[in-house]
Amino acid sequence: MDWFYIKGILILSGINLMAVLGLSLLTGFTGLFSFGHAGFMAIGAYVTAMGTVKLGLPFAAALLLGAAGAALASFFIGRITLNLKGDYFCIATLGFGEAIRLILDNVQYFGGARGWPNLPRSTNFTIVVILNIIGIIILANLINSRHGRNFKAIREEELASQTIGINVFRYKMTALMISAAYAGIGGGLLGHYLGFLQPKMFQFIKSTELTITVIFGGLGSISGSVIGALVLTSLPELLRTFAIWRLVVYGAAVVFIMISRPQGLMGGYEIPVGKIFKKLYYRLAGCIRGKQAVGGGKQ
Amino acid sequence: MSGFLQQLINGLSIGSVYALMAVGYSLVYSIMNFSNFAHGGVIMIGSYIGFFAMTAFEMPFAAAFCTAALGTGLLAVLIERIAYSPLRKRNAPFLYFIISAMGVSIFLENIIIASPIGPTFRTYPRVFGAEPFVVAGVNIGRLDVMMFVISTISLIILVFIIEKTKTGMGIRASAYNLRASALMGVNTDRIILIVFGLGGLLAGIAGVLFGMKYTVYPQIGNITLKSFIAAVFGGLGSLPGAVIGSILLGIIETFTSGYLSSQFRDLIAFVLLIFILVVRPRGLMGKTTEEKA
Repeated sequence: MDWFYIKGILILSGINLMAVLGLSLLTGFTGLFSFGHAGFMAIGAYVTAMGTVKLGLPFAAALLLGAAGAALASFFIGRITLNLKGDYFCIATLGFGEAIRLILDNVQYFGGARGWPNLPRSTNFTIVVILNIIGIIILANLINSRHGRNFKAIREEELASQTIGINVFRYKMTALMISAAYAGIGGGLLGHYLGFLQPKMFQFIKSTELTITVIFGGLGSISGSVIGALVLTSLPELLRTFAIWRLVVYGAAVVFIMISRPQGLMGGYEIPVGKIFKKLYYRLAGCIRGKQAVGGGKQ
Repeated sequence: MSGFLQQLINGLSIGSVYALMAVGYSLVYSIMNFSNFAHGGVIMIGSYIGFFAMTAFEMPFAAAFCTAALGTGLLAVLIERIAYSPLRKRNAPFLYFIISAMGVSIFLENIIIASPIGPTFRTYPRVFGAEPFVVAGVNIGRLDVMMFVISTISLIILVFIIEKTKTGMGIRASAYNLRASALMGVNTDRIILIVFGLGGLLAGIAGVLFGMKYTVYPQIGNITLKSFIAAVFGGLGSLPGAVIGSILLGIIETFTSGYLSSQFRDLIAFVLLIFILVVRPRGLMGKTTEEKA
């Protein structure tokens, strides 16, 4: 267990977390369930790779391009599907996710089903951590703003929110596009971490994994999503020695969570990061002031 | 022309097996209102039971067939008891059912991979003979005929159960309104078990037929995504819709791979799904569902 290995797991967790954060806004805070987010990751991954390899853009610009590409795709998909209710929206996103993958399978420009090797390996630990922190700060501020309250209102009672004047369709669209952009960045990071892309990486099961992570962490909780992504990405790695049995355990664990603790780990609560920092700050400040006071006494 | 007929017949035989799966799916959806993603896992297990009954236990085809159907029927009931029943008692939202179903699906697929059976592809022994019937210059595979006949008979029996028996009336009533039928004295708990059992039986039959048509492998359950599309196509929760949707999907798929390219087969299926959802979300014959406040 050297640092290199742990770093690899943390990078993968961070990449997943990026996509999970977006999905958390859509699923946990707006109440829309998507089974197609692997499709947005795929778009982000391929557009980012196109940016760096074919257009020669710097990595950061390519990532932004990937996020924009995924958001744009989600805009068109949202226009068509956001009026569908419950199960039907799930199925529609599932269809889109799979369709995106199958289209990529046939685009020879991107290497088709054989994949796209030799991408620059620009993703490193620092970039992933910084992007995740930025992502969390943006999301936390969004959730606690007026818009965030509107998202939550739609989740709780769509019809009531409509009647008090929230433009439900627009807010759903916003949530979908932001979440797609996050997934796109996640995809872009993934491609440039592995140095290789293949449509097969973005199968239906990947979307399921993301949704399971959000639910495992707890719907409506950002810190839950963070913990969920860290645990669920690293757990299978730590169980490597278990090899083939780990997915069996994973499947059973998902069922077990659903029937025993469906609200997830955090269940809608947040770890009060701000408060903890404030307390630490005051304690530190208090210590320093205390020392000064003691020092002053000596004088 | 004979090429056209050939494709049509292939489409019909594939479509009829899709129908077996889609009906199982739709039955559960009509009562529980959630998409049972574990259905694929059940079909896969059915396929394996049939295979091992015929090879390891050297059963005749009919016996192996029945064993597979009964085995998956039991499995489906067991899944309901373990993975869905606790959620049902708590009135959990539909998403929890879906996630739970996916957990079951991951579990089933990987327990086969992890067990001594392993991820290898296995081929069923030949039962119906290789040489095809030749009718008016068109080759009709014996297996294709049997697939069509067995599926049709199973569906007819199912329709009989649902339309003519008292249990069937309970199923229809529960599909219409689960709570009201419970109030009217229908034992909905039992009805749900029966529905899962029936869906499981059909899944086992479909699994054996599919295993015979192609090969048996742990991911064979993914094929249910297709039957799922078929069910949406026909209208979720509607049994005739599921059958018509499946047959149409089977024909569209074989024509796509026959005249266009087999690469586009799956793409066309998903594009069709999206098209249906956008243009007519309730499908060909689905009941209209309006969300009430």
